[in-house]
Amino acid sequence: MLKRSLLLFLLVPALALSLTACGGKDEDAEADEDATPAAKSAAAAPAGGTAPAAAPATGGATLTGKVTFTGGSPAKETIKMDADAFCKSAHSAPVYTEEAVVNANGTLDWVLVYVKDVQGKFPAPTTAVTLDQRGCQYHPHVFGLQAGQDLKIINSDGTLHNIHALPKVNAEFNIGQPFPKMETIKKFDKPEVPVRFKCDVHKWMGAYAGVFTHPFFATTSDQGTFEIKNLPPGTYTVEAWHEKYGTQTSSVTVSGTETKTVDFGFKG
Amino acid sequence: MAARRGFGKRDAGRAAGENAGLHRFAVFTACATLLLIVAGGLVTSTESGLSVPDWPLSYGRLMPPMVGGIFYEHGHRMIATTVGLLTVLLAIWLARREPRAWVRRLGYAALAAVVAQGVLGGLTVLFLLPTAISVAHACLAQTFFCLVVTLALATSPRWRDGGIAEASAVSRIGAAAVAAIFLQLLIGAVMRHDKAGLAIPDFPLAFGRVVPDITSFAVAIHYAHRVWAVVVAGMVIACLVAAVRSRRPGLARTGVGLALLVVVQILLGGATVLTRKAVPIATAHVATGALLLATALALTLGARRIPLARAGGRGAAEAVPPPRGAMAWK
Repeated sequence: MLKRSLLLFLLVPALALSLTACGGKDEDAEADEDATPAAKSAAAAPAGGTAPAAAPATGGATLTGKVTFTGGSPAKETIKMDADAFCKSAHSAPVYTEEAVVNANGTLDWVLVYVKDVQGKFPAPTTAVTLDQRGCQYHPHVFGLQAGQDLKIINSDGTLHNIHALPKVNAEFNIGQPFPKMETIKKFDKPEVPVRFKCDVHKWMGAYAGVFTHPFFATTSDQGTFEIKNLPPGTYTVEAWHEKYGTQTSSVTVSGTETKTVDFGFKG
Repeated sequence: MAARRGFGKRDAGRAAGENAGLHRFAVFTACATLLLIVAGGLVTSTESGLSVPDWPLSYGRLMPPMVGGIFYEHGHRMIATTVGLLTVLLAIWLARREPRAWVRRLGYAALAAVVAQGVLGGLTVLFLLPTAISVAHACLAQTFFCLVVTLALATSPRWRDGGIAEASAVSRIGAAAVAAIFLQLLIGAVMRHDKAGLAIPDFPLAFGRVVPDITSFAVAIHYAHRVWAVVVAGMVIACLVAAVRSRRPGLARTGVGLALLVVVQILLGGATVLTRKAVPIATAHVATGALLLATALALTLGARRIPLARAGGRGAAEAVPPPRGAMAWK
């Protein structure tokens, strides 16, 4: 009897394993359905230090400005990528955290600047915003997009990532991209600042998004500057958000096609 | 059933050998379960619970690359699968060779618990670690551990050869301590999964005071964990005193072990706060909590067993003849 029981004990898990292995193929197929054709990448906004151009075609005022930083520059923190041999080999030079990046000219990088309380309807652009996982880091680190706009998430690495979005207003999601060049399209339906992204596989990976009902937002460049175009006439509150140093606000009135300057200053 | 009917026909030596094998296997399963609890603690401590976003497969495969957080999450799944298979084997072994119905039923209960635990583990991944499911997963882990520890005790030669003892101070206080420790593990699980482990940043005081302002649920649950730890410590001291007074060396030793564990556990709890939840410390705190629960359970169950050899001696007065329901508690 014991032999028969042992045989049964061995056979049942073997059958279960073979069934789950079959299920794995189906899951891969689902992942492929979720992925978008590579052709879409051509339409994607470029990943970089500034937000994708999402403004209306013509007209309106322009807001420009820079975000300065005073106080002691935060020490650069080197990221240790020992947890994954691919990540470690992807960089020949030290890689630093992007939580607080002070540019050489004393300005602050990765600040999301946006106009608040904008009236009117602004359809979401048909072009996608791209969040690229490259060198086991998110590119860009901070970005904006409109509610309903496609967010194209790409894995450019030769290792796997999970993309875990942690919004509080929108729906949380956690997806896996186990293969290089995988692409997944996601959307956020409601405005929300910030939406945090993290990779639970590689703890150092983090990014932030701002979701807006309008296209009047920008991220500071590596010169600490920003530009928001085509703003309709009116008086607005402009806010600058930084993941470590919080928010600053300023009020501005614009008319016609004039250009106004709005500067912000953060203290360390 | 045929095997159980044939049980009496086996020679005593072979039966004793099989019993010893079953006991060793039950002990091995209990040790593997403790390892599984440690692995689960590591998953939470390293915040790796969602590093594998799918379930039951991992990134669509049985074996993903063990990099970063996947090492902890998938490692936990692998150990869990092993414990599940050990439990299946244990339940089959008990069904075929264990004459006591209640022990066999306990084996089935352990099997049901480990299956439910696997499903809860999957759900907590698929639903992105909701506190309710994660806490249920943590608490069922402790319940399952108690079941396999009980099986390890019930299959031991000491238990098989023993008789039933009357309820005593040790068994009564021990049972209360088991309940109190389980409640503490529940509070701890809520605190941990609600990310309230550092809601009170100092130790042993709370915001520099004995009683802090309860400004949020996080502070409340964290403070409740500290307050209830004092209650648990008091009950463990009561267990120790009762065990020493019982004049049963085995119980006294278990009582001392329980007291040492509670001291270690309180120190680990303080160190968890002071080291800002350092992974080894926080995980050791989880594992010691499980050990504390199992030791209190062993003390309580041990207090209700007495060697039959003592029936003619001092133990005769406390040994209870088991005419009715004897098979249910043998």
